[in-house]
Amino acid sequence: MQEELFTSGRNIPHIDPSLEIWHWPISLYLFLGGLSAGLLFFAALFYILGKDKEYPTTVKIASIVPPIALSIGLLALVYDLTHKLYTWQLYMTFRIESPMSWGAWVLLIVTPISFIWTFSYYREIYPRWEQKLQVFKRFKFLNTVEKFAQDNRIYMAYALIPLTLVLGIYTGILLSAFNARPLWNNAILGPLFLVSGLSTGAAAIILLSKNKLEQHTFGKIDLALIIVELALIVHMIMGYYAGSQVQLEAMELLVNGEFTLMFFGFVVILGLIIPAIMELIELIGFKVPAMVPALLVLLGGLVFRFVMVEAGQITRFLY
Amino acid sequence: MRYAMVIDTLKCVGCSDCVVACQTENDVPVGYCRDWITERVDGSYPNLELELRSERCNHCDNAPCVRCCPTGASHIVDGGVVMVTENECIGCGACIESCPYDARFQHPDGYVDKCTFCHHRLEKGQLPACVSVCPTKCMYFGDLDNPNSEVSQLLKNRKYKTLAPEAGTNPHVFYLI
Repeated sequence: MQEELFTSGRNIPHIDPSLEIWHWPISLYLFLGGLSAGLLFFAALFYILGKDKEYPTTVKIASIVPPIALSIGLLALVYDLTHKLYTWQLYMTFRIESPMSWGAWVLLIVTPISFIWTFSYYREIYPRWEQKLQVFKRFKFLNTVEKFAQDNRIYMAYALIPLTLVLGIYTGILLSAFNARPLWNNAILGPLFLVSGLSTGAAAIILLSKNKLEQHTFGKIDLALIIVELALIVHMIMGYYAGSQVQLEAMELLVNGEFTLMFFGFVVILGLIIPAIMELIELIGFKVPAMVPALLVLLGGLVFRFVMVEAGQITRFLY
Repeated sequence: MRYAMVIDTLKCVGCSDCVVACQTENDVPVGYCRDWITERVDGSYPNLELELRSERCNHCDNAPCVRCCPTGASHIVDGGVVMVTENECIGCGACIESCPYDARFQHPDGYVDKCTFCHHRLEKGQLPACVSVCPTKCMYFGDLDNPNSEVSQLLKNRKYKTLAPEAGTNPHVFYLI
């Protein structure tokens, strides 16, 4: 038997008995960041492929989501800081070894681009708004900005492809860089979060689209992404299984512990396997309401972030 | 110059004087602490083994907290001491998540706080507060780069361990066993 306890009465808020430093805002942000990365990636990709006429939701309509999602996500991030007035210190330096520094800088570039991208399409998305937004006409520079954005969409699209990939992958690497938390400390978490983000992006497009071709294409894309994601989850579990004692204990939390229902029930079965089956059935030719698998994927993605953030903080090194 | 702390677990009685001295010296807010005593019991009655350790930030050579800090508030100063600059810290918690020893905490004022090896005392040539008050004199502090220092000699002649060496942090608080 082995027992370890603090005899000096240590009970620091949010640290003991297990870490609770990162709360729901972080999980929410990781979800919204991944979702935005996915949506912007597809918008940029389909624009570059010259398919903006056939896929209007992907390129135009769904692009209203990332600026809102990123804004909410950023507010959530700042809300979770405890020394908020010093947030600007993030932009006084760039620390190549710190994933959070990468994220801060990438967000500083992606967020404005997402606003400009949507702004460049607002006449097409909301033709009825044009009249209501007469106010805009008074500011000449806004027309200039709009014209400039419309003329330079292709450059924004080319910039967005690598930037959104970095944004999507960083949400995972942010966690996996902490070797003190064995559940997070695996190399697959970055790609896993990226694929999950792309998948939720595809699901959001299906949800917003009224175009059969678009729904069908993104059903296929989402199905492929879900299969990759399931494979990566199997890899992750295998990695823990072949790992050290601390990783075995981390795996217990997901496989045979307090997060098993959330992880396997809500993330793997309800969030991945069932939507995959429904999308498959639809591909074969049966009628399935496209909304249902899309909503399940989005819900699964959100729960996945919550499970990983909360479970990860329980795991630690033993000595 | 490489500061290190050596703690003799065979002499420690777990009185918590080091904890109180630190809280007083560094004005640590109530309910928080920069150092603490861990009591570890191995085996089953009547074959029990007890180990008492005074723990704190390990001032690692390969400090994950410094690596993860997005603003550079966590940094290593001369002598290998890991410090936090209060007005560069945004309180993001990345360093707390990255520390295998859970040695950091969020100060009620927002920034992240931790053991500094009493850097303000070292500058005056004094020992850290915890070391200076230890009633059993089980704590030693000095320069590892100097082969004749007390800490170097102890590590040369005694069996010792560090905490969670598998975390790859190269900690600089040593425990004599």
